[in-house]
Amino acid sequence: MKEINDLNLPEDVKYTKDHEWAKPEGDTVTIGINDYAQDQLGEIVFVELPEVGDSFSAEDEFGSVESVKAVSELYMPISGEVVAVNENLEDAPELVNEDCYQGGWIIKVKPSDSAQMDALMDKAAYLEMLKG
Amino acid sequence: MTRQPGTSGLIFNEPNVWDKSREGRCAISLPRADVDRAPLDPALTGDTPDLPQLSELDVVRHYTRLSQWNFGVDSGMYPLGSCTMKYNPKTNEVQAARQGFAGAHPLAGEAFSQGALRLMYELEQYLAEITGFAGVTLQPAAGAHGELAGMLIIHAYHAKQGRQRSKIIIPDTAHGTNPASATLCGYKSVNLKSGPKGILEPDAVAALMDEETAGIMITNPNTLGLFEEHIKEICDIVHAKGGLVYGDGANMNAIMGVVKPGDAGIDVLHLNLHKTFSTPHGGGGPGSGPVAVTEALIPFLPIPRVEKQLDSFRFVTDCPDTIGRMHTFYGHFGVMIKAYAYILSMGAQGLLDASRLAVLNANYIKESLKDTLNLPYDRPCMHECVFNDIRQKSYHITTMDMAKRLLDYGFHPPTVYFPLVVEGAFMVEPTETESKDDIDQFINAVKAIAKEAESAPEKLTRAPVLPKVTRLDEVSAARKPCLRG
Repeated sequence: MKEINDLNLPEDVKYTKDHEWAKPEGDTVTIGINDYAQDQLGEIVFVELPEVGDSFSAEDEFGSVESVKAVSELYMPISGEVVAVNENLEDAPELVNEDCYQGGWIIKVKPSDSAQMDALMDKAAYLEMLKG
Repeated sequence: MTRQPGTSGLIFNEPNVWDKSREGRCAISLPRADVDRAPLDPALTGDTPDLPQLSELDVVRHYTRLSQWNFGVDSGMYPLGSCTMKYNPKTNEVQAARQGFAGAHPLAGEAFSQGALRLMYELEQYLAEITGFAGVTLQPAAGAHGELAGMLIIHAYHAKQGRQRSKIIIPDTAHGTNPASATLCGYKSVNLKSGPKGILEPDAVAALMDEETAGIMITNPNTLGLFEEHIKEICDIVHAKGGLVYGDGANMNAIMGVVKPGDAGIDVLHLNLHKTFSTPHGGGGPGSGPVAVTEALIPFLPIPRVEKQLDSFRFVTDCPDTIGRMHTFYGHFGVMIKAYAYILSMGAQGLLDASRLAVLNANYIKESLKDTLNLPYDRPCMHECVFNDIRQKSYHITTMDMAKRLLDYGFHPPTVYFPLVVEGAFMVEPTETESKDDIDQFINAVKAIAKEAESAPEKLTRAPVLPKVTRLDEVSAARKPCLRG
């Protein structure tokens, strides 16, 4: 497992306490799990995705990721409606391990209140939280 | 150097039975039919099942060889936390095989089934006495099915009160199946975090409990192997808001004869006969998950119920508030016989001693290994103790590596990565049936493995090397499962 200093934590995404990331792109926000989460979970074997059109509030459970060790719930960083899901993950869940910020994205949502993004952590704040 | 039970030996390869099949090969000679062939209506028939054609010796060798690849409680210590893999006394099997029981037919009728009905009735009484409840059903097929029955009873109770509720509180130290049972009843699970001591704090329950909440599901002892010390207070909080308390009794093996959950304020409790009451499980037989309830909840129990009238027993189905049937016929009767035999052969004192020894054994392991493995909750435990792999992390050795290495030493691995509240959990439940000699051997094996983790970590990352099948590729198996032979 990686040391905290070896984690890949891009500057251009926001982080949640549950180790998801969220990145605004146009009028949607792309959501996935970050490098710390994929590293802790180990090899991911299944990603349970929501349906396009589902609406969730911030901190709602919207799916789950299953590794050989455990199943972990996925929590919404912000409120919104799902406009796309990464269907590649159905056959290739390993994308979450290999490329968690690009090919391993999980859902795209249309935020109901984009101000909620401001409440998420930036890299520095997230690192601070990890170091406890 | 103590001799460990694990060693290598000649083990036979064995193909699938279909690969051994040869056209016309057969184990028995059927007498020539003395009636004319009468073809069935083709609408009633389908393709012939693809059954292998084998001699008796082919079949005997096949299963004997497969059994050599296996690990069971009859071959070695099986300290699988949360599963209570205690030894299953052979007398249970002898009683269940008695002709009167083995030949009983579920449609024989009450008059011809008095012995079977009496056994069910008395087993219900014994379980009620052990748990401190007024009524018991033996119908559910296993633990999670018992949970579902229990939650359906809670659901039916709220419906009868005239107002259904929407949520249920489930602590992070409850069994993993609890949220599924609640969801099947239409309840939304609300997660409750355990306190710093690894047990529930009444204030946290009070903060979540409201009149939309149907109740709480509590596993006690919890999955950290810790006794929930505030049960009475928590029950009072939940009852004050009109909720009910579901007790997951899967860990009853720690408290038989010591605590009666019914006396503590629990309303519904399931038991696992295949854990606490020594009937086979883990591939060795079906489970059985009886549910015990308070007087007020008896009307909701599944039907048929067994009742005693004078000296005879009968099935009763006239129960308007019942949740209905949970199982065909009456549940897993063969398992009930074995549990009944266990209770009678142990007696009240024997059951109390079993629980005390289960707790003593777990505490002995906890104290003996806490300098070897990290112990996140260092306090007296009940029937199981939970370590983790933090101390081995600097050698890049994980709980999984240590668990796999235990196979080479001749022990079944403990439960790993559960409960989720402990990262890298290594959860040991020795049960009361292991002797001190065998437990010491296990302790020495874990200590030896921890030394190897420092000095020869590749021995762990390659492990197991002795079993017929070595390290499995669990990732490929999960990502690309091959579900057909």
